[in-house]
This record gives sequence, C-alpha cells and structure tokens, in this order.
Amino acid sequence: MSRIVVVGYGPTAHRLVETLVDKGFDGRITVIGEEPRPAYDRVALTSYLSGVTVEDLTYEVPAGVVTRLSSRVTGIDREAREVTLADGATEPYDVLVLATGSAPFVPPVPGAEHAFVYRTIDDLDAIRVAAKDAVEGVVVGGGLLGLEAADALRALGLKAHIVEMSPWLMPRQVDEGGGAVLKSHIEGLGLGVHAGAGVQEIVTADGQVTGLRKPDGTVLDAQVVVFSAGIRPRDELARSSGLAVGERGGIVVDSSMLTSDPSIYAVGECALVGGMVYGLVGPCNTMAEVAADRIMGGSSGFEGADMSSKLKLLGVEVAQFGAMSGALDVTYMDPVGGVYKKLFISDDAKTLLGGICVGDASPYTSLRPFVGKALPASPSDLLFSGAGASLDLPDEAQVCSCNNVCAGDVRTAIADKGVTDVPGIKACTRAGTTCGSCVPMLKQLLEKSGVEVSKALCEHFTYSRAELFDIVRVRKITTFSQLITEHGHGRGCDICKPAVASILASLYNGHVLDGERVTLQDTNDHFLANMQKNGTYSVVPRIPGGEITPDKLIVIGEVARDFGLYTKITGGQRIDLFGARVEQLPEIWRRLVDAGFESGHAYGKALRTVKSCVGSTWCRYGVQDSVGMAIALELRYRGLRSPHKLKSAVSGCARECAEARSKDFGIIATEQGWNLYVGGNGGFKPRHADLLATDLSSEKLIRTIDRFLMFYIRTADRLQRTATWLESLDGGLDYLREVIMEDSLGICADLDAQMENHIATYADEWAATLDDPEKLNRFVTFVNAPGVPDPSIVFASERGQIKPVMAR
Amino acid sequence: MSWTRICDYEAMVPERGVCALVGGEQVAIFRTHDGTLHALGNLDPFSGAYVLSRGIVGSRKGEPTVASPLHKQVFSLVSGRCLDEDAVSVPIYRVRVADGGVEVGG
Repeated sequence: MSRIVVVGYGPTAHRLVETLVDKGFDGRITVIGEEPRPAYDRVALTSYLSGVTVEDLTYEVPAGVVTRLSSRVTGIDREAREVTLADGATEPYDVLVLATGSAPFVPPVPGAEHAFVYRTIDDLDAIRVAAKDAVEGVVVGGGLLGLEAADALRALGLKAHIVEMSPWLMPRQVDEGGGAVLKSHIEGLGLGVHAGAGVQEIVTADGQVTGLRKPDGTVLDAQVVVFSAGIRPRDELARSSGLAVGERGGIVVDSSMLTSDPSIYAVGECALVGGMVYGLVGPCNTMAEVAADRIMGGSSGFEGADMSSKLKLLGVEVAQFGAMSGALDVTYMDPVGGVYKKLFISDDAKTLLGGICVGDASPYTSLRPFVGKALPASPSDLLFSGAGASLDLPDEAQVCSCNNVCAGDVRTAIADKGVTDVPGIKACTRAGTTCGSCVPMLKQLLEKSGVEVSKALCEHFTYSRAELFDIVRVRKITTFSQLITEHGHGRGCDICKPAVASILASLYNGHVLDGERVTLQDTNDHFLANMQKNGTYSVVPRIPGGEITPDKLIVIGEVARDFGLYTKITGGQRIDLFGARVEQLPEIWRRLVDAGFESGHAYGKALRTVKSCVGSTWCRYGVQDSVGMAIALELRYRGLRSPHKLKSAVSGCARECAEARSKDFGIIATEQGWNLYVGGNGGFKPRHADLLATDLSSEKLIRTIDRFLMFYIRTADRLQRTATWLESLDGGLDYLREVIMEDSLGICADLDAQMENHIATYADEWAATLDDPEKLNRFVTFVNAPGVPDPSIVFASERGQIKPVMAR
Repeated sequence: MSWTRICDYEAMVPERGVCALVGGEQVAIFRTHDGTLHALGNLDPFSGAYVLSRGIVGSRKGEPTVASPLHKQVFSLVSGRCLDEDAVSVPIYRVRVADGGVEVGG
C-alpha cells in the first residue's frame, strides 16, 4: 500500500490522516480540498465571528501529508485508479477515501439564491459583510446549527428570527415540553421564534433581500436570510463514478467504510452507513478511525453511533442522550427557572433508556454513561436532588462521545501514566478535546481517583495563594512574620515572600518598602526599578494612556542624556531608560518627580499601562474618547498590586488600533458605549480576550473592571495571568459574569469597597521614597564606599547609545 | 587574618543583604532573622552579574539561603553551595560583629 488519496479536507479527513500517521502509515498521503485552507474545527465555527482567528480554528497538517488546497476533484477513473482535478491534473491512488462531506440543504423557493448558508469560514465572512448594513436577520431551520446561526446573527448586532417547520425548536434533541421551555429562553433573549412555519419565498427588491414570506402570507422583515435546514451528502462524485449511492443520497458503505469499489472508502457526512447519514462530529471521527484501521490491515467496524449531544446555545444548555422515548418517563419541569428534565425508562422501571434536558444539562454528564444499564438511583432522586453528580461510573461507560473514550481509558491514563490534571487526560486520551462537554466528568474522575494536586505555594506554606489571601484578609494579618509564624513554617523564600508582599499590598496598600515589607520584595520592587542583565536598572515613568506633553518629553530626554541612559520606546506607549546604577536611581527620580512624573510600576506585579489609540478627539473613525478613558483607567488602577502584571488598552472604534484584545482587560468603543474584553494575553502563549459585556456606560464599565480586577486578585494563583486564571475558573466566563455582574456570591459590595480603599490610599512610591532618608540610604552599591560606582558595570556603544558589556 | 569594617551592625536590615568592597572583591553580607551574619561572593555565577546581595533571603529545609535576583537560583548562606545545581558554588567569607560594627575577614 503506497498511495492514499483523500478527497475532501474537513474534520473527518483530518481525523483520518491523523490516525494513519499515528499508526505509522509509511506511504504517500495526498489530501485534496476545495477550500483554500486545511481542515478546521466546525464545532467552534461560531467563535470565528467573536474574534477567534482562522489560525486558532485550523488543525495542523500531520507531518508528511501532501495537501492540494483550492482544488476540486472532477472525476474518478476507477480502472486506472486515478482522480482528475478541475485543472486537468491527475493523482493516482492505491486507496481512495471520499470525505466529501455535505452541503447545506437550500429549499427551492423563489429568491433562495440571495440567502446564505452556515457551514464554512467563507460563508461566515459573507454573512458578516451582509450584516454590516442589516438590522434584522432570519435563520431558516431551528435545529442545532440553526440556533448557532441565529446566535451568530445576534452577535453581529441583528435582531434575529428563527423559522422552523416542526412545531417546536430542536425537534431532534428535545420533545414538545422541552421545546416550550427552550422557546421561552430564546424569546427572553429578544429573538423571534416562529415554529410550525415554512418559507414561501425570499422577498427581494432591486436584488436586495427585504424579507421572508411565510406560507400564511405574512412577511418577516430581514436583510439577511440564512438557511440551516439540514444537510445533503455530497455524493455527486461517487454517483458519476458509478459507486452505489442511497435513494435519498449518501455513498453506500459497509461497516468497514468500504464503498461498492474495494479500493474506495467513504467516511463522514457523505457516507450512508447502516442506512444512516451522520452529521455529528463523534460518529464521523469514528468512521475515520475505522477506515484508517482497515487501510492499515485492521478489522474494526462501525457499529452505529451514540447520537447524544450536549450543547449550550444562546446561553441555554440543551442535551439529549440515548433514546427519546420509552415505556415510562419521569419529567421535572420548572417553568420559572426555565428547566426541563426528562428521563426515559424501561417498562420494568429498572433500565435507563435516555433523557432530555433543557436549561440544566447536568443529568447528561452524570447519567449518559448509564444508558442501557440499571438505573443508579430512583428517577426522582436523580432528577430532583442531583444525586447523579456523585455516581461511580463503570469502566465501560463512555465519557467522551466525540472521541469514543470510556471511563476506564481515563482511569488507566491516571493510574498508569501518572496524569494529574485535565490537560494531561486530554493529551493522553483525546477525551474532552472536541466539544469539551465531558470536561466536568474528567475532573470528577481525577478527584475520585485520589489524585491530589498539591496547591502548596512552597515548602513554607501548605496553602494556595488564594487561600493565603483569604487568611490574611479574614484574620487581618498585616505582617509576613505573623503569617508565617501562625500559618507556615521556616523563614520563607523567593516564592512566598513576594507573593505575600503582593497580598499585603493589594489589601492594605501602604508603601512596599515600609517596615518588614522591605525584606519581602524582589529586587525590582526593592529598588523600584527593573534589574537588567548586568545588574543595572531601567526606569519607566508613568505616561497614562501614552499621552505626553512636549515639555515632559523633553525632561525625559534631558534626564536620559545627563545620566547617559539607553532610551527605548516600550510596547506599552511609554519610554524606558536603561543602564542606571542603584545609587543613580534617587537622583534620576528627583528630576522626574519634580517635573510631575510618577512611578510607572514597570517593576511590579501591578497595573502597567493602559494603551490607547487616538480616539474620537482626532481620529475620523473614532466613536469614543479612548485616550480620556485610558487615562482615567490608568490613574484609577495605578499602583494596584496583583498576582501578576496587568496590562490594558482602550480602542476608540472596532478597528482596534490599541490591540485591546491582547490585554488582561481591553476596552473597545461602540456607538453606544464600551465593550469590555477580559483575559487576553500576548507573551508566551497568546490569547484573545473574551467579550465579557457589551455597550456599557463609562460608569458601568469602570465598576465592572473594578470587580473583575479585585475578584482576580482574590482568587488567582501566584504569577497566574488573567488568561490562565479565566481558563481555569470553574464555570469560565459565564461564572465570572454571574459573580461580578449579577453578584451571585454576594461579594460585589466587598470588592467595590476594596477597590475604593485602593484608590483612596494610593500614593506615588517614588515621591514617598525621596521624602524618606531611611529608604534613600539603601540606594547604594557599596555600603562601605558609597561614592564608588560598581567597577563591573561596563558599557560599549551601539547605534549612538550605550549597551552592557558582560565580563564573560 | 585581617578584618575590614563594613558598617554598623544596626544599619543592616534583617533578612536583606548589602554589598561591600573588600580588597577589590565584591562581598555580599546578609543578616538573617535570628541576627546571624553571613558573607558570600557578590558575583552570581549563572548570570555573570554582581547582584547576589540584592536577592531575597529565606530558608530551605531550615538552611538559610539567598536567591539570585536575576534567575532565582538559591544559594546556601552557610556553605555558598547552589542548592539548585550541585556543581555550582560561590565563595564564602568570614564575618563578625566587633564594637557594634560588621567586619569581613580577608
């Protein structure tokens, strides 16, 4: 076996070639795809509209695999065993795999050619362009993908309607009762739901869509119409090559995924297996794995698939598992809370057959593995008291249906491979890597296996940073000595001392060099400057929002010139002055403070800068005063000590020139106010910030940031940036929103008071240091020769400025 | 043995270091929590910079230590050995209090 050609490059094709490469296939693999890019994650497609990039979504091409992108296969010569491409090229094969996927079904109604579909990156780009000038949008199809599309339209700022033929939404996942609860959720969000309605025509005027006419003649106004009314297998190539296809479409394959030609396999949404076409990622991945195994000489087969699904659409959890009917059923319904849960049970009331959940999908996680098995508790206990959460899963119970991973596989990874966290389980078993709905289950399995991940900060404290923060706060501890005597061991170290210094600073403010606190600081905080590689320091005065007068700019230039400092503009719109010796720092700062500068805290785990674009004052595109907001925020949070450094930026319009989404908290102006993004990061592992809230007033924006920062400061680990903190926060962004915007924990008043205290007690550290002879005494290189500069500090010249020369 | 007076003992902040020039050598002197003095070479062998006196003083399994402020390698204040990398150590110096002053032997 030497040459495999795969037609189609979607997620299923990706899984196939990835499995082949993993299994050690040593021939040539060529993948031919229509789209201009390799396969990408379609499950997360909607996130593309909220800023996730194509690169984020795209799967890496496995090593050695040849790809031909933007290429369409037009014919298969089964005699000669080669495929022909649209450009006339041919590609010979020994084994051919058809992974041509499906196409969205567009009903043949007048005007349909003006509608969009929702499947590819290009489709989303087209919808985004059309939405720019639109006010209303309609999605035809109230299934899983239709609701995704409606959410996307809403995210693009449109008033969205959903038109569904069936009498209720998501008829494949929920029954009528669940559909009613789902409808009230979605209508509550301001979307229009039109169930039991079809489409008569897409109404247009001058080639522009103006609405959608229902069969009863009424017209829904809309400038964008998206069809999401099911899929049709792409079987045209198989058909024209004489392969067997099903009556209603789909390439006929047996359980080994072979078509009617023993050299040709078909996998994914284009395949008709056991009389079924599957459109879910889980079964398609299984097909890819079966085909790969067969190609490598294995004997696995596709035995049908678990069609269970759990998703969160428009903020509503919807889940379905196992059968959707049974001899007996038990229903829990709470129309006030918007929760609907139903279990189907065998006629002897002993076996769980399936379930439906709307508004609370917890039974999915705990009970899906018990489908076809004895009920682990009474149905009422399972539905009402949440008894499901603590059940012990049998080894053979499937935990991750996307990747077909059982509880036993996860337990093996934990026991034999020493895995101690969820990322480890993901790497080892693939569980949780596709839709992520089983991650809570993975956590439970970890906990139950007795894996104890030490939260101890270091050998001196058995507590995590967050726990120490609470101890200090609740017991009102004000010194490190008291804390380590009462709650720790030994005398501390370079890990716990700065961490406790930061906690004390966050809670009580005060000067970081006061009293015993001077002994806790890293050298940067100790000398209020940043140590560089040769033991000299750099100096960064605060330039709020990056706005500076010419006079102040001249002062910085004069100081740099007079002290012979290397000068560089930073990424945070400030100026960094390098090469100062310890004893020069007070002289430098005397000049800077006299000119009205204050510490920029570049040396601290603290707020650094709030960048800004020029904003509406000057920019012809700006919609808000981003500079004014950036300055206000920087002055509000200056000096705020935190678990790690904090960066921010404010952009005056959606062009986002300030790069706010790479910041811990980023603000982007809208016509109505401000959008707030949190948890962004540049650095080692870049991460785009997540949209926390939209169209906030200035006052509400500031209040929300206050709480975000204080909640982070309270609960993060040492040196944990907001990006990783947010990712590890149980419940993620939704939970964060509940805590700081809906006050679900009742701590907002406390967080507000803490921030007010910080602002009220802020004082410039450098000005205070210059006023204190005792603090100034420490700025000396040699305690026994105060006037002597360090002879080991040597500079050479480069591009007209100094650079350090190391002795070796 | 000759002794060089560095500074007043009371001028030393507990759990911090200072640096002194002793016969052309840079010596880092630390006062620990219990009042004991320790002296090491100021050169951080990992970075080549003279900075150990500015590290954080602490303890590891009871042994008093200083961590390099540049890349945080920890050294024993008693033996000068690096506790993170066995093969590396820094010189130690004798240090005493005489007449209320700190003195380094050389």
